Amino acid sequence: MLGVYNPARARLKLLLTFGGLAVLAAAIWWGNANLSSYNLRILNLAGINAILAVSMNLIFGFTGLFSLGHAGFMAVGAYTCALLTLPVATKDSIFLLAPLAWPFSVITLPPIAAVVCAGATAGLMAYLTGFPVLRLRGDYLGIATLGFAEIIRVVANNIPSITNGALGLKGIPSFASNLWWTWGCVGITVFVISRLVNSVYGRSLLAVREDEVAAEIMGVNRTYHKTVAYVIGSFFAGVGGALMGSLVTTIDPKTFGFTLTFNILIIVVAGGLGSITGSVLTSVIYTVLLEALRPIEASWRIGPLRVPEIPGLRMVVFSLVLLVIILFYQRGLFGGREFSWDRVLDWIDRRRSRKQGVRA
Amino acid sequence: MTWAVFAQNIVNGISLGSLYALVAIGYTMVYGILRLINFAHSDVFMLGAYMLFYIDFMFRLPWWLTFVLAAVLTGVLGITIERVAYRPLRQAPRISSLISAIGISFFIQNLGLVVFGGRPKPFPVPQFFSQSYMVGSVYMANISWVVPVFSGLLMLGLTMLVYRTKVGLAMRAISHDMDTSSLMSVNVDGIIAITFGVGSALAAAGGIMWALKYPQINPLMGTVPGIKAFIAAVLGGIGSIPGAMIGGMLLGMLEIMLVALMPTLSGFRDAFAYLVLIVILLARPTGLLGREFREKV
Repeated sequence: MLGVYNPARARLKLLLTFGGLAVLAAAIWWGNANLSSYNLRILNLAGINAILAVSMNLIFGFTGLFSLGHAGFMAVGAYTCALLTLPVATKDSIFLLAPLAWPFSVITLPPIAAVVCAGATAGLMAYLTGFPVLRLRGDYLGIATLGFAEIIRVVANNIPSITNGALGLKGIPSFASNLWWTWGCVGITVFVISRLVNSVYGRSLLAVREDEVAAEIMGVNRTYHKTVAYVIGSFFAGVGGALMGSLVTTIDPKTFGFTLTFNILIIVVAGGLGSITGSVLTSVIYTVLLEALRPIEASWRIGPLRVPEIPGLRMVVFSLVLLVIILFYQRGLFGGREFSWDRVLDWIDRRRSRKQGVRA
Repeated sequence: MTWAVFAQNIVNGISLGSLYALVAIGYTMVYGILRLINFAHSDVFMLGAYMLFYIDFMFRLPWWLTFVLAAVLTGVLGITIERVAYRPLRQAPRISSLISAIGISFFIQNLGLVVFGGRPKPFPVPQFFSQSYMVGSVYMANISWVVPVFSGLLMLGLTMLVYRTKVGLAMRAISHDMDTSSLMSVNVDGIIAITFGVGSALAAAGGIMWALKYPQINPLMGTVPGIKAFIAAVLGGIGSIPGAMIGGMLLGMLEIMLVALMPTLSGFRDAFAYLVLIVILLARPTGLLGREFREKV
């Protein structure tokens, strides 16, 4: 019954949505209280990866801008948030190379304000850099944005009065080690970005992705739409970076190399370009898998034979798993499909009718 | 700056630039044919140096033979990578092969860390290369002329291969239009394999010469020169072989000159390469010698 408005089903879907949210909230509440700090850390990291992946999906999957600048915007967000949340006394003790520059040296903001500022700074940076480079196409755009990210990193290494240079920042308040924070931000990110891509703006973004010239002829202002997607995506990259800084509690320029961007790109592509569901679930799978492989590094005992401990083997196996996924699921695990109650309800209907032997 | 120091920097710039150019050619050849940024190329560069290290360690052959063997074996490795990770994805969306390249790069690096160990190894440098003397007032080690001369010879050979032989003709045909050339009975898979072999052997030569210049090798040594060489390829217009050579020389020279002329900015050296790239791309969106692409409606 596609396309027919069914008030009973609409009510059911609303109910299911609130039910689902309540179950998630209960799970978060339970997890915060009962999980070990190690498991909590993994889940928090999965949430942060989900924020980053969904934001990159908006830029690359939905708008088709091959941007490799995510790590740079994360760095901007992480540094902004860290500088705004660190207590003044801690700042005095870690800035050894050069005293901290003025506005940051005297203010400390509550985490929420700091995270919003982090996102806004990253978004502003995206606006400033996007203005010139979004004219470039395809791989040229990718390498130019990668260049911006690397420039941000090198600059962070060389302005000790703001970033403390290569020493980085330590003792960042760890508000993000709370599941409400990370998964709450995931919720906001998913809500904002899914509302965006399902709006008129979103249709225009898809049009730009499919064919820029045709989109322009249909009256879509491509520069404007590209910039909007780029800035919003980078805003959430900044938020993700801020949370990551707070979860790890130390940041330095080396953290934000282009390998970080590649990891997120892998999650986005493995989850399916243009699938928010895919990005979120793949982030969780990716983060958990990386940890679950840890035991293979330990020393093994097979009968009398003793295999010595091999540090680093985990990453070898992990990259192999990755290659296999790419070779066999060429459109990603979810291939652009999204979760929706309609899909679930239709599936249940089909099963029920099959059981009763009735063809639907 | 005195003339002697200036000349010294010119020598260094040419030397660095020719190494960038050599590696950039590998990126540009693969991109020209498959439209794929081969992120694993920088790791092939690293493997070349390790290949020489282990062959030298195990067999103690004459140095030139070790060099040739290392380059050939690395070339074979490049062909294997193409066969395993890129060929199955040739009909897939372009991003899949890119991710596959990143995956292979992660795999090689991590395998390298396990097999070779993360600790840097001292690279065996024959006496001849490190011998140095003064020319006028310029300090020269043998290595500083061997690198540009030998890279120059390799590039000359490659140019001959691409523009004067049947294989080269096939390469250019595929890069122009893969489907049509396969209809014209060009063996597409074979030619692509050769391209990967040649590109990887050149990367191995680059990696070995890099290790002769900076005789410490580690499994992540390819990352920085690799990305710089890639920038060089994009600068020159990715897909164009003369472009890669010009881009490499330009980048090497500019980098050395930045540090020489403005020593206070030497911390920004890595950022400078990207800045040059972005400025050139903004002026010429497809690089210096890149093919212009026209928008069709």
